[in-house]
Amino acid sequence: MKSLSKASKQLIQLHVNGETHDAVVRSADTLLIALREQLGLTGAKRACENGDCGACTVLVNGKSSHSCLSLAVEVVNQPITTIEGLLDSPVSKAFVDNWAIQCGYCTPGFIVNCHSLITTHPNADDQLVEEWLQSNICRCTGYEEIREAVHTLLASGQKENE
Amino acid sequence: MIAFDFNYIKPTTAKEASKLFLNAKQEGYKAMFYSGGTEIITLGRVNRLQTDMVIDLKGIQECNVLEISDNELIIGSAVSLNEITHSKLFPLLGKTVQRIADHTSRNKITIGGNLNSELIYKEGILPLLAADAKVKLAKGKEQRIIPLEAVFNKQWKLDEGEFLVQILLDKGYLDLPHKALKKTRISKVGYPVVSAAALVKDNQIRIAFSGVCQYPFRSIELESVLNDTKVPIMERVGTALRHLPEDIVDDIQGTKAYRTFVLRNVLKDMLEELELTK
Ligand SMILES: Cc1cc2nc3c(=O)[nH]c(=O)nc-3n(C[C@H](O)[C@H](O)[C@H](O)COP(=O)(O)OP(=O)(O)OC[C@H]3O[C@@H](n4cnc5c(N)ncnc54)[C@H](O)[C@@H]3O)c2cc1C
Ligand code: FES
Ligand code: FES
Repeated sequence: MKSLSKASKQLIQLHVNGETHDAVVRSADTLLIALREQLGLTGAKRACENGDCGACTVLVNGKSSHSCLSLAVEVVNQPITTIEGLLDSPVSKAFVDNWAIQCGYCTPGFIVNCHSLITTHPNADDQLVEEWLQSNICRCTGYEEIREAVHTLLASGQKENE
Repeated sequence: MIAFDFNYIKPTTAKEASKLFLNAKQEGYKAMFYSGGTEIITLGRVNRLQTDMVIDLKGIQECNVLEISDNELIIGSAVSLNEITHSKLFPLLGKTVQRIADHTSRNKITIGGNLNSELIYKEGILPLLAADAKVKLAKGKEQRIIPLEAVFNKQWKLDEGEFLVQILLDKGYLDLPHKALKKTRISKVGYPVVSAAALVKDNQIRIAFSGVCQYPFRSIELESVLNDTKVPIMERVGTALRHLPEDIVDDIQGTKAYRTFVLRNVLKDMLEELELTK
């Protein structure tokens, strides 16, 4: 049997929040691990690591993505946005204003996903909001306030457009 | 964390992808085709699979096609479930895959990955079975196009190193009257207790199921019972239940009795709605 050289680690570049970062990763490392352990970006949270809870949500190429379900090596040439790149965003403000935070563990994932929803579909109806928000779980069950935060934003955006 | 190391390779042609797989095999290593990667990552994390190499199919142009060309809809195996839904090119498929996992996961899960999943569900295959889809497969330098049902019967019969490149659908099936119904146990997101996708062609209902048996299936005998409109609907449903290819699944997601109850209602709803379109 010839030996397959399985490089245990490699240097890659990740384009996160408008900056290019070097990261030393194993091919088996998920994007979530690389963000948290290599780049020190701990906003994306580690929870189920199974695609079920949405706590690790980031944007890859502008689309919501569970960072626990991507390999870091898979997204080297793609723009990534994490919660750290959405500081002072309208969605963050709406979450604060609507008391849509309890323990806060799910909050970064919700904010990133809601940001993507609102920018992609500024006229989203209730059905679409429900479909998108089903991707995130809040253990503190603050769903009503989160829904209100999204609806407030949608309503203000729609008013601006009128 | 995934505890084992593997090589990640992203070829740009189908030929290269298959060759990488076969070469690894020849040298005694295990390679896996990698599409959305969500199943490989989640099963790898809990040590339910091991591999020495993953071959990412997303770099292959043919695997990313989603278009109508001549009289066929061509869907690349690496196209995401959300892309299929948003394209609206085959509404029955769009609606069926829209109920797989959650919206964020559907940005990553691909149709090729769903169809080749280790799980029993593979819900994306239901509309393809109902619409007599063909598949383009690649192995080494060779590519072949064959009817889906010739390579998928309970499970895939792919050669070693062979993989799904594209799905091909006759345009005539895309806009037929149709219905997709998925019943889950509790929340809307979840594995199916029963999932069914049906369309009506030439006045006949064609229907495929997931969650009922240990594999997705379409049964011609069952369809002929359902299409016998001289018999009252509930009688047809009762007879249809005797034409399942095997025993109904009995597991933690749903007991056999519960799945039977749900299946009965799904069939009734399907027949009532689709017969109005005839
Ligand atoms: C949160 C979540 C919820 C889910 N819910 C559902 C559900 O409700 N219904 C349902 O049906 N499924 C569901 N699934 C399962 C999902 O559809 C499968 O895990 C699917 O395999 C993921 O697709 P992928 O593209 O990420 O696959 P990958 O991880 O890339 O591959 C999966 C398998 O398919 C093989 N493969 C991939 N592409 C090809 C190809 N082109 N040719 C040959 N083999 C190939 C791989 O080698 C691997 O064995 C869910 C998954 C998640 C993460
Ligand atoms: S940690 Fe990624 S979805 Fe839960
Ligand atoms: S605020 Fe605690 S998990 Fe959502």
